[in-house]
Amino acid sequence: MRGSAPPPVPAPGPPAIGVRGVVVGHGDMARGLVTAVTRIAGAQDGVLAAVSNEGRGPDELRATILAEVGEGPGVVFTDLGAGSCTLAARLLCRERSRVAVVTGVNLPMLLEFVFHRDMELAPLLERLQARARDGIRVVAGG
Amino acid sequence: MGVVLYRVDERLIHGQVVIGWGRRLDPQCYVVVDDDLAAQTWEQELYRLALDGAQIRFLTVAEARGELPALQSAPERTLLLTRDVAHMARLAAGGLMEGTAVNLGGVHHRPGRTEVRSYLHLDEEDREALRALAAEGVTVSGQDLPEASRVQLEALLS
Repeated sequence: MRGSAPPPVPAPGPPAIGVRGVVVGHGDMARGLVTAVTRIAGAQDGVLAAVSNEGRGPDELRATILAEVGEGPGVVFTDLGAGSCTLAARLLCRERSRVAVVTGVNLPMLLEFVFHRDMELAPLLERLQARARDGIRVVAGG
Repeated sequence: MGVVLYRVDERLIHGQVVIGWGRRLDPQCYVVVDDDLAAQTWEQELYRLALDGAQIRFLTVAEARGELPALQSAPERTLLLTRDVAHMARLAAGGLMEGTAVNLGGVHHRPGRTEVRSYLHLDEEDREALRALAAEGVTVSGQDLPEASRVQLEALLS
């Protein structure tokens, strides 16, 4: 190896361009939703991460979400508005100005996200909200 | 009705408390006793938003000790929370909570703590505070949700 240049370090995979998503929920919900997205839209490595609040105190939960969302732009999707997941996500927004929090996550919302995450954050959020609402319909009974 | 539940839960206002216990006990007011949070108005606002309109107050231990007799005899149903055992033990000092029951909900893992139940992790400081709480005439048990089985303190400390 005398004097020779070290072998080039293989570059990490191309950075995921666009907004990153992190789903945070109770129990196995986040993992289940992300799995469902991959079944429909294909693998989402580096695009959509899943975090459970199970066994995590407030500080650990916040640190875990922060590590997944990175510097932003990012969207943290949470299940319950009145839950520890949302609280942790909202606290984290103080440290990351380009991270948004959306509660009431559902599958139509996440699919819309993975197909449109190249959009600017603000119009993307409008779109996610609209799509998630449209996804709820009573189609029989009542 | 007074204080319908005294609970130790690191997450304070969250799904298990608001939905799990809240729907069962229908508290009209949540009181969080925490010396740090009592001074952090920005964080208080987050918890307030999470409650969707229900009343919530944040008190220091000293303030809560002054108000506790009134809370206990008031017609309103109050759910009182601390995020660690130490705050609850300080609240109970001097027999102020004698004859009451304290519910241990979420105390999560951190370095030094060992798992007692999936929702309960304790270090020596926590155990000391639990023994102090019991010595004040308080019945302590672990139970994360109303439907879950209740575990008495002796079993948690053994």
